[in-house]
Amino acid sequence: MFSRLPFKTQKNYVIIGFVALPLLLLLTFAYYPALELIRLSFTSWDGLSPNKPWIGWSNYKEVFSNPAIFGVFKHNFAYFAVGIVQNIAAIYFAVVLNSKLKGKNFFRLLLFLPYILNGVAVAYLFGYVFDTTNGSLNYLLGQLGFDALSKTSWLGNGSFVNYTLASIGFWRFMGFNMVIYLAALQSIPNDIYEAASIDGANGWQKFIRITLPNIYKIIELNLFLTVTGALEVFDLPYILTKGGPAGSSETFVMKIVETAFQFNNYGLASAMSVVLLFFVVIVLSIQRFLLKGKGE
Amino acid sequence: MNKSNKLWDTVKYISLVLAAFAILFPPYIIVVNAFKTKDEFHTKSTISMPDSFLYLKNFSQAFKQADMLNAFGNTLFIIAVTLILNILIGSAFCYAVGRFNFRFKGPLVGLFLFATIIPAITTQVVNYKTIQALGLTNNLMGPVLIYVGADILQIYIYLQFIRNIPNELDESAMLEGASLIRIFRSIIFPLLAPATATIVILKTISIYNDMFIPLLYLPRAEHVVVSTSLMRFFGVNSGDWQMIASAILIIMIPTAILYLFLQKYIFAGVTSGAVK
Repeated sequence: MFSRLPFKTQKNYVIIGFVALPLLLLLTFAYYPALELIRLSFTSWDGLSPNKPWIGWSNYKEVFSNPAIFGVFKHNFAYFAVGIVQNIAAIYFAVVLNSKLKGKNFFRLLLFLPYILNGVAVAYLFGYVFDTTNGSLNYLLGQLGFDALSKTSWLGNGSFVNYTLASIGFWRFMGFNMVIYLAALQSIPNDIYEAASIDGANGWQKFIRITLPNIYKIIELNLFLTVTGALEVFDLPYILTKGGPAGSSETFVMKIVETAFQFNNYGLASAMSVVLLFFVVIVLSIQRFLLKGKGE
Repeated sequence: MNKSNKLWDTVKYISLVLAAFAILFPPYIIVVNAFKTKDEFHTKSTISMPDSFLYLKNFSQAFKQADMLNAFGNTLFIIAVTLILNILIGSAFCYAVGRFNFRFKGPLVGLFLFATIIPAITTQVVNYKTIQALGLTNNLMGPVLIYVGADILQIYIYLQFIRNIPNELDESAMLEGASLIRIFRSIIFPLLAPATATIVILKTISIYNDMFIPLLYLPRAEHVVVSTSLMRFFGVNSGDWQMIASAILIIMIPTAILYLFLQKYIFAGVTSGAVK
């Protein structure tokens, strides 16, 4: 039946039929919530009652002035700091695995492995590693003679618990960053290196003058993933510490979830979400801007 | 020159071996302890081998207690339905957009591409209410709808891919009298297979590993998925590490096996998915 219709009519049916549903889904689950979030952020809605009283900017004032809310970003900073080190390690291993080397496929396979493992399983895996009394890290430290260190409560000390948690992220995502860097390195044509060798450049010079400029875009991409990842941390602290000890490992997303779904303060939670959304957009705009400045 | 090359080679290997140790040490501990009896666990050191790798009682007990049959079933259901919808809707959309010109096409594609800057984790406060209004909280279709609606990875991948399928194929099929639906079904969709494979792999891994969405939308025990089953099990058995170790292993093994067999596609998919 359909095939008898003229192509022009068919075309119109196809366009409308194939575009309508994804567009509807996109509007319902991406744009509507983003806009509704902004509207709710100016109300004191409790998530249930039909009326959503308008309270102006006071949710935002609360977000920025209450250290129990905005101060939580300090905890997220640990993930960012560790993420930078993670990127440096990823570039290093990408360069290593891009050189002539026996067994490089094996090492690539191994270094990437943590990324595909279930996040909750990885969290508990490290729950055991970092356990104070039974944990394998403290056992190892004891065997190596670091007796004082081997009694450390890695997840129970507020001053470095975030770094402990972030190191799990390092373990999990370094290989992911590395594989992206590696793909970028492999796309640099070899004759540039050969020409540089003829001109007498050493390995380090080649790395600084050829490798780094050529993967600049990918470094930015990975840094963007690192920053947004650090802003959006949720599962590791939620599973391993529940935000403890004494709230010192709570992250901003944990705060949002708690505010909305435990305290039913949807207005405030929306304002917090908008702030987070705003930060991500800023980071992305900076990245896009830098990219444009660099040409390519 | 030669001397420094040798030094560099040594540094390379030492760093790789250290990295390999750091990566394998935590899973090693889990593997050796998952096969220990409770007595063994308390008398032996954590890093020692178990008496026998044939002691499987921890596994069977963990499997039963964590309700993993149900969890794997639910996870598989969510993955399968999400994938089918994603692939159908995504490929059809990209056929319409990639092959025809129409008014507002530019802004339409822009709308989809722009949506990636909205992090899904920020919009759940509102999405939760939407799912509730649709009556889909405590329903496996709730997470499916979130995964299908808010993620547009498939559209990126298909859009890139469809550009490389020559238009002449469509034209000659049209001359032979095939309808557009037929062209999509028997020519375009099969040729998109490599893109479809990438999408299947990436989404399977990300849904299998996700914990945030099921935690939020599927609080009931009967709707347990792989990630949440482990959390429940830990709550009941905390301290019984030999049991938890076996539960961790059961959950880690499926993706690890998938990874070993599909490594080539996974590397390719991750690279193209990230650089989108």
